[in-house]
Amino acid sequence: MDFNHSEERRMLQETLHRYLSDNYDSEQRSASVSQGQGYSEKVWSDFAELGVIGVLFAEADGGFGGGGFDIAVVFEELGRVACVEPLMASGVMAGHLLSALGNDEQKALIEEVIAGDLKIVSALEEPQSRYDLDAVETMAERIDDGYRLNGTKSVVIGGPSADKLIVSARGEEGLLLFVVDADAAGVERYSYPNLDGYHASDIALVNVEVPASARLGASQVVLPILEAARAAGVVALCAEAVGAMEAAKDLTVEYLRVRTQFGRALGKFQALQHRMSTVLIEIEQARSALINVAGHLSAEPSLRDKHVSAAKNLIGRVAQLVCEETIQLHGGIGMTEEYALGHYAKRLMMIDHQLGDVDYHLERFVGVMQTEAVREIS
Amino acid sequence: MDLNYSADELAFRDEVRAFLNENLSPTLSEKVRLGKRLSKTDHEEWHATLNKRGWLAINWPVEHGGTGWNAVYRHIFEEELCLAHAPRTVPFGLSMLAPVLMKFGSKAQQDYFLPRILDGTDWWCQGYSEPQAGSDLASLKTRAVRDGDHYVVNGQKTWTTLGQHADWIFCLVRTDAEVKAQEGISFLLIDMKMPGVTVRPITLIDGGQEVNEVFFEDVRVPVANLVGEENKGWTYAKYLLTHERTNIAGVGFSTAGLAHLKEICTKQMSGGKPLLENPYFAGRIAQIEIDLMAMATTNLRMIAKAAAGQAPGAESSMLKIKGTEIRQAINDLTRRAVGRYAMPFVSEALDSGANAQGVGPDYACAASPGYFNNRKLSIFGGSNEIQRNIISKAILGL
Ligand SMILES: Cc1cc2nc3c(=O)[nH]c(=O)nc-3n(C[C@H](O)[C@H](O)[C@H](O)COP(=O)(O)OP(=O)(O)OC[C@H]3O[C@@H](n4cnc5c(N)ncnc54)[C@H](O)[C@@H]3O)c2cc1C
Repeated sequence: MDFNHSEERRMLQETLHRYLSDNYDSEQRSASVSQGQGYSEKVWSDFAELGVIGVLFAEADGGFGGGGFDIAVVFEELGRVACVEPLMASGVMAGHLLSALGNDEQKALIEEVIAGDLKIVSALEEPQSRYDLDAVETMAERIDDGYRLNGTKSVVIGGPSADKLIVSARGEEGLLLFVVDADAAGVERYSYPNLDGYHASDIALVNVEVPASARLGASQVVLPILEAARAAGVVALCAEAVGAMEAAKDLTVEYLRVRTQFGRALGKFQALQHRMSTVLIEIEQARSALINVAGHLSAEPSLRDKHVSAAKNLIGRVAQLVCEETIQLHGGIGMTEEYALGHYAKRLMMIDHQLGDVDYHLERFVGVMQTEAVREIS
Repeated sequence: MDLNYSADELAFRDEVRAFLNENLSPTLSEKVRLGKRLSKTDHEEWHATLNKRGWLAINWPVEHGGTGWNAVYRHIFEEELCLAHAPRTVPFGLSMLAPVLMKFGSKAQQDYFLPRILDGTDWWCQGYSEPQAGSDLASLKTRAVRDGDHYVVNGQKTWTTLGQHADWIFCLVRTDAEVKAQEGISFLLIDMKMPGVTVRPITLIDGGQEVNEVFFEDVRVPVANLVGEENKGWTYAKYLLTHERTNIAGVGFSTAGLAHLKEICTKQMSGGKPLLENPYFAGRIAQIEIDLMAMATTNLRMIAKAAAGQAPGAESSMLKIKGTEIRQAINDLTRRAVGRYAMPFVSEALDSGANAQGVGPDYACAASPGYFNNRKLSIFGGSNEIQRNIISKAILGL
């Protein structure tokens, strides 16, 4: 048993940690938040140069990682500073789809992504799809030598800065994926900030015509690959959450040490000590759930997805506890926009709304559990 | 034991409903229902509407222009207002300062200020908390030093709700630094237009600016604005707090919030069906409703006691804790219910009368901001931890 990261990963983590502590202070963060597209070009190219994007991809794709723990170390560090650069949107899920399904031409895009020259974002969810990846109403209609797409994709994180999109649509052949230029005729982006500082778009596809060659995974069933991509995305989100929880906890412990009321530090009140202890215990549970899911990212699908749902559910619950307790223990200060705690708290709650919330994953976990039980009995 | 309202009480409820039907504009109630931030004018108009009907000062005695209602009538009234999505009245003048003035203020203060509260001339705010004096309010440092017919005030207040709209602030100030903390405090009324008063808004994590910092720099306040006796302010402040805690359970808010949540759940889809049919989500809603049903009765039990003349004591702390927990749980589910549309945040779309478009269904815009804003419920008005301290001391004797 060895719960330590490999030497390479540790080095990358340290490099990224140092880079972010030196360069991603709250001023840089708010600059990224307030820029129209919600990211900083400088930070993005630094990420590329440091290898932060490359580590999200396997060697076969021109990267030098791509495993669950590679994703985890990067996103935990991003979570610690409540980073809003859309790395998960551009690097993790779309990257996974290109790598798993792309033809040579499509796979060649990965190189540009790793170099930081191209942002490609998956646009899978729709206004009524809630968290189901196959509840797709966008239509792909066959035309002469390609497809015509019509539909709406909702809250596409990283949408405003995307150069290309991977969209899902329903056609005669079933569920299909397409690589579409984000500024192609008929792609209408309505962009806005999210509560946690990330930027997103609602994207209307109005008679968007794409050639047949834009189809991703031309001869394959895509839903299982979407599930695998989502698993990678969940690892990133869970790691980000763990980083954000650690940071929120550290801020709160420090505050309890220095804030005095009734002539003593708040941290001396036993009622508050016990609550911080609970927060600590639960964060350790969250870290274990993260390790479980990262370690099973390439396991067979049913085992992988059991861990995906377990981690997303548990971490969603712990994130809410950490958000609510750390605000509460700060009192009024914790509710102010100027103070960094709010950034962590908001991000922690918004993570629940990405790739399936606590209830969605509880339901899926129950499904797996019931199937297993039936199998064991019969 | 009779769990039902009497015929008189039911008739009164119908009267309130009819009044709301006629006088609460659909535009205003829609803003409240969708969780928009109300403008000063929105508040003022509703205040005037209630005043015109004589139903503004529901906890004032008749001789001062109030309704003279007992606790049950007040409860029915407040509940109906919540259910109709009426704005809540700004409590600082009406239900905090006024009772103090009636009990401890001079005749001149009563004659001057009370009518102005009713007709909306003066908007009041509450200047208790300071950066170093939150839960430990008695450690406040704002100084008022006597200089002839004036007090010269220096210091800072914070978290002053809606202070940006206010004409007057009632403050706790230190008039004697030599005695025990609670004993050197006075209750002072300060005109916010006086030279030396500065208000700075604070933005909260939901993007709204409902609280402020208020700075006092050599502000000269006439001694006539002292309420009661010098150095007796703590007594008045405690008296005020018992009034601040009326309607603390917020049963009406929760009932209305739950109805709104269920409506959202008939519109949001999950696995091809309305979310309300999802057993997991429906179970969560049911759990809250079960809690709320019991709390409504706990609340009525306390109200019946109050109506029988027993002053609410530490029991109100129980209602504060349970009431805020339930309201926060409803906010939590409302945020979850809107799914991915909980993420977009177009702050301007939440402003009253704003033209900015939100993203997603109209009920989604305020879901997450509302969740974050209502984290305050367990922090202010004596935090829930402080309420638990009160319960363990006053009721459990620990
Ligand atoms: C939105 C909002 C509006 C407000 N409006 C007003 C207003 O209009 N006027 C006004 O005067 N004030 C107002 N307040 C201030 C409010 O009353 C204070 O925030 C509150 O009293 C808590 O003080 P604090 O924020 O300094 O937190 P602190 O007192 O520093 O408390 C921090 C944490 O420690 C806990 N704690 C403190 N002491 C103890 C103890 N002995 N045992 C156990 N736990 C303890 C608290 O419960 C809290 O969780 C408002 C606050 C908010 C957030």
